[in-house]
Amino acid sequence: MFQAVLFYFFAAALFAAALGVILSRNPVHAALFLVLAFFQSAVLWLLAEAEFLAIVLVLVYVGAVMVLFLFVVMMLDVDVERVRGGLTRYAPFGLLVAALMVIELVQVIWFRGRTDAGLGGFQPTPDGYSNTKALGAILYTEHVYAFEIAAVILLLAMVAAITLTMRKRPGLKVQNIAEQVAVKAKDRVRIVKMETEKRQ
Amino acid sequence: MIGLQHYLTIAAVLFALSVAGIFINRRNLILLLMCIELMLLAVNFNFIAFSRHLGDETGQIFVFFILTVAAAEAAIGLAILIVIFRSRRTINVRELDSMKG
Repeated sequence: MFQAVLFYFFAAALFAAALGVILSRNPVHAALFLVLAFFQSAVLWLLAEAEFLAIVLVLVYVGAVMVLFLFVVMMLDVDVERVRGGLTRYAPFGLLVAALMVIELVQVIWFRGRTDAGLGGFQPTPDGYSNTKALGAILYTEHVYAFEIAAVILLLAMVAAITLTMRKRPGLKVQNIAEQVAVKAKDRVRIVKMETEKRQ
Repeated sequence: MIGLQHYLTIAAVLFALSVAGIFINRRNLILLLMCIELMLLAVNFNFIAFSRHLGDETGQIFVFFILTVAAAEAAIGLAILIVIFRSRRTINVRELDSMKG
């Protein structure tokens, strides 16, 4: 019962945060609402006993991705006054599509599958069950190739982001290391032979 | 008891909200990227709910990989956004119509 109260509270907070994301005109506010939404999702995942992913969501999303979003929002000199404004002319259509999707999905979830399979709550995990240990046991054995591909994807994303945003500035002073290493002493130092002066 | 159907409902509503957000915010490219992140979050809810319901951790492994790919997607998307802003001085979706047929 207490768990159900917690669930509904955090679900309501999640919906409020999602509404804040899609309705706020200021991108900084939207990013902060999205942080709130990720936090509520992490708590809901904790309630579903997916502890490892809940912590990963907070660490990776709130810690890295949302900070990247905020960094970009604040770095770009966006004219907020020009970007904000009323709803677009597509807004009623979008709301209609969203409402239809919710109605259909809820109908499928609650009224079509009357097998009572999902009504009784999740199966309790056995004693001594560790979510992190169970995930690690299959992540590094069955899914090890996918894990390595994920590592390559992250590397690819890093290379792509750097090559996209790097630009050559004119007039920038750079060192040519190869030229510096290949230089010989006779290129730089001129040895002059001259007569010694006579003693006067 | 809170079970599979409650989590699926949350995912459905969250997904519909983010779809509505993409329709509503046709002005700011950053908000569109944030709505895509919300959509991926909704999908992750489905995976976790079914993983717990079926007692199979593979669904949670999928969520792990979705988080990885979403992080890569966010990084590349924001890099593209910065390049667009540098060349066009705007991220207003309405003005980015040079590929309109």
